[in-house]
Parts: sequence; C-alpha cells; structure tokens
Amino acid sequence: MCGIVGLFCKTETHRHELGRLTAVMLREMRDRGPDSAGFAVYDPGIVGRTRITVLAEGLEVDWGQVAAALERVLGAEVTVRPVHDHAVFSTGGDGRTVRQWIIDNVAGASVLSYGDQIELYKAVGDPDLVAERYDLAGRAGTHALAHTRMATESAVTTNGSHPFVTGADTCLVHNGSLSNHNRLRRFLEARGESFQTENDSEVAAGYLSWRMRSGDTISGALEGALSDLDGFYTFAIGVADGFAILRDPIACKPAVVAETDDWVAMSSEYRAIARLPGANDAEIWEPEPARIYAWSLAA
Amino acid sequence: MSGVARVFDLAEVSGRELNQALHDAPSGESFEVVNPRGAHAVACGITADINVVVRGSVGYYCAGMHERGRVLVEGNASTGLAENVMSGVVHITGNATMSAGATGCGGLLVVGGNAGARCGISMKGVDIVVGGNVGHMSAFMAQAGNLVVCGDAAADLGDSIYEAQIFVRGNVESLGADCVRKEIRPEHLDTLGRLLAAAGEAADGAKPGDFRRYGSARRLYNFTIDNVDALAAAAETAAATNTEVAGS
Repeated sequence: MCGIVGLFCKTETHRHELGRLTAVMLREMRDRGPDSAGFAVYDPGIVGRTRITVLAEGLEVDWGQVAAALERVLGAEVTVRPVHDHAVFSTGGDGRTVRQWIIDNVAGASVLSYGDQIELYKAVGDPDLVAERYDLAGRAGTHALAHTRMATESAVTTNGSHPFVTGADTCLVHNGSLSNHNRLRRFLEARGESFQTENDSEVAAGYLSWRMRSGDTISGALEGALSDLDGFYTFAIGVADGFAILRDPIACKPAVVAETDDWVAMSSEYRAIARLPGANDAEIWEPEPARIYAWSLAA
Repeated sequence: MSGVARVFDLAEVSGRELNQALHDAPSGESFEVVNPRGAHAVACGITADINVVVRGSVGYYCAGMHERGRVLVEGNASTGLAENVMSGVVHITGNATMSAGATGCGGLLVVGGNAGARCGISMKGVDIVVGGNVGHMSAFMAQAGNLVVCGDAAADLGDSIYEAQIFVRGNVESLGADCVRKEIRPEHLDTLGRLLAAAGEAADGAKPGDFRRYGSARRLYNFTIDNVDALAAAAETAAATNTEVAGS
C-alpha cells in the first residue's frame, strides 16, 4: 500500500497555493504510507535555467565547492541553494551533464531531479514532517505530485522514496509493485539509462524517460509501458507541461480523479480530494484500467 | 422509522464514535451523517433495523457487514461498499469503485450510478442492482444471489461463476471463463420485477423484459447433480432473506 496525490492547476486561481493544497492532500494519505514521503513541485522557473535537486543524506558537503567545480565542467554559471539535506543547483548549462557529474563525483549524493521547472524533495519519516521540513505548503507552481510510501519491494530509505526522476522535468509516483523490473533495468542500462537505487518504481521512471528521449510523447511512452511493464501499478506522471495517470489492466491499486474548471486532482483515495476548494462540485470518476489520461497546460 | 434523526458530523466526531452509536441503537432509530469527506468504514456493522442517511461521499467499506436496517449514501463510495452484507438495504445515489457488494450473503445493494471493477465478487446471496455500468470481472466467482446491471458490463463478466445469476440490460464487453448467456424464464422475470421495484428510481426505468441473463455453464467447477438439493436449499434461504427485506 502507498498513497499518491497529484494536483494540476489548469488556471491561475490556485497556483499561489499549490503547495499548501498538495500538503493538505498528502496529509490525508499519511496512513497509506507512513514509512517515507516525497513531493515534486513544478513552477515556471527562469527561462533557460535548469535546476538540479540533490540529496546528500547524512553527508557534510561543501555545496559552494561543488558549484564551483560544476562551473569549470560546464563553462557556465552555477548557483546553489541548500535546503536541509537537499541542495538545489541552478545553471544555464546542461542539466543532464550536471546530474551525471554529481553522481560520479559527489560520493553518497543522489540526484533527485533535473529540469527547468521541477524541484523534488524526499525523506524517511512521517509525511507531514517531510512536507514541513521542505516547506511544501509555501510553494507555488502549476502542478505537483506527492507520495507516501509503505515499502514492499525495497528497503525503507530516502532513496527508495518517491517520486522518481531519470529524465528532465519528468517524475513518477507509483502505488503497486513491478515483477519484471530487474530484467527491464538491465535492458535500459544497456540503452544508456542510469539508476541510483534497487527500487522497481525507479525502473518505471527510467523506462518512460528512455521512451521519451527516443521521441515518444508521454502518452506514447505510457502505451509502451502497458505492454512492457509487468505488475501492479497506479502511476501518476509529471512532465513539464502537465501530468498523466495510468493504471494496469487489472487495476487492483486504487485511483480517483476529480476535475473542476480550475484544477485536476488525482489520489489513491477520495478523502485527499474532499478537502480541496470546490471539491463538492467537481466531476469525480475512477480512472479505467489500461487507459491513459493526460492533462496539459498547452491544451 | 420514528423519531427525529440523530445527527453525526464526521468533521467533529470520529467514525468509531458514529459506529458505536449505530451498534447501540435500538431498532426504529434514525441517523443522519454529515461531512463524511471520504472517511472509511462509515456505518459498518449495523445489526438493528435502523435508518442511516449519509450526506456526502464515503471511503472504503461503507456499510460493511450490514445486517437489517437501511443505509442511504447521497454521494459516491470507494472500495468494498457493503462488503459481506448479510441482510437489509444499502443504497448509494452515486458511483461505487471497486468490489461493491463483495462476498455479500444477503440483503439488497443498490448503486444509482456506476460500479467499478469486481462488483459482486464472490457474492453469496446478496442482490445487487446497478443503475449504470459495472467494471471488469464483475461477479467473479459469484456463488449465489442476483446481479442486475441496467447499463453495460465491462470485460470478463461472471468469470468462474458458480450459481449466481447475472442480468444485463446493456452491452457485455466479454464473458469470463465458464459464464454463458441463458434463457430468461418467467421466474427470472419475477426476480427482475421484484429487484427493479426495490431499486426504484435507481433502476433507470428498466423493465424486466429489457434484460439478458447470464450464469454458469457448470463446466469449470465441480458441479454434481447429487448436490443439487443443497444448492436449492441455499437459494431458498437467500430468497427468503431478500423477500423479507424487500417487504420491509
């Protein structure tokens, strides 16, 4: 069991309080996943600048020194903002290069996300405390995904917490378990994906990133997932301009979606949606099995 | 039902307090539940002939193990609505998600909207009337009782079914293993007439003649004619329970 929430602001109305509303939803999903939690928030950011969120749990890292080293590698300016045991780098240089450089050169650090719009935080412990420590409630933006984890396929660690990212501005939260992730991980590694954990959900994120880097849209990548992923899943996937939902064909893992003129929300359970402004008048439905649902800011 | 309904506001009191009050109530009392906001296990384990109205949507296992009495939900319900219902009536005006009426042994479950996957899974005598559609694998391993679907049924309807009966007014995407279409005889029209009447407006104006019947081909499970008396006795018990309920 795990808890998923996603909130996508179709209009400006609630963007200033995106984080607060996401925190309200996350709180309702605490008892589905008390082991750990994480969230990703998308905001427009600054055009031409990529942000890279890094986790250095239990490490003393001189982030200024890392930024200086990255500037030499990239030949571009790099700034850094520490947030407890996370740090958010910002640069006009290539985010994917930064990701790989940090993985290769900062021992013990994990790159949680990179992209123009995404920041991503995760930690072990009470989801409410995780939200508070990284100030989820204070964040504005267009859309957010969050997850509460009850670990099944791998250990209770921060790195095993969701969301997972392996591509630019792409992240995934997962309720369920995959059965073919080891074989799929080897397949993807042979095609240039790199993984930082033993977690099955990270493989699903890597699969989508690989498909999208190969030219697929998010919907195309999810079509592929339906035939290539074996196991139970309800996925919520964030991309730069929107989010998507997919449940496996058996659909054992719950999901509910609600939509108003201003927002689309999805969650493992309705009670996370019930507290959103306008929830009583929202159109509410259960996503069908093996059907891709996607919302885009462009649409 | 007599007297003024006692009101429980789930924004103020816990579900546990509500359920304890329902368990302690003598037959004839009425209750109103407000602000359920998707809470789990609302109105579970009722055993008296009481009347409960829930104004809003509920979470998992609403009216689980329900016996006698009546629960009306004005909204939607999540997984396991009326799971293992024994008798009485559970009625929701909106949609139900997965496994509505699962393992129900008797009584009547009415879903005004759609029911999700595995509606009536392993049902053991409950009657279920769904005004809209049902999801995939509904009536999976259903053993006794009636599932009436006024809309469409998704894939693998009645997979591995035993002796329950399924009636569908709309389209059936596909039948599961060992589930076949069967002829409608007068006794089936009587059953449909009784259940559609009990469901009232939720039945969407459906008439008994609008339905097709599905049931077990009896090739998959170990059906032997020597046990037919036991089957008939079980069916009679279920029918007796349901008739009593429908008449109350």
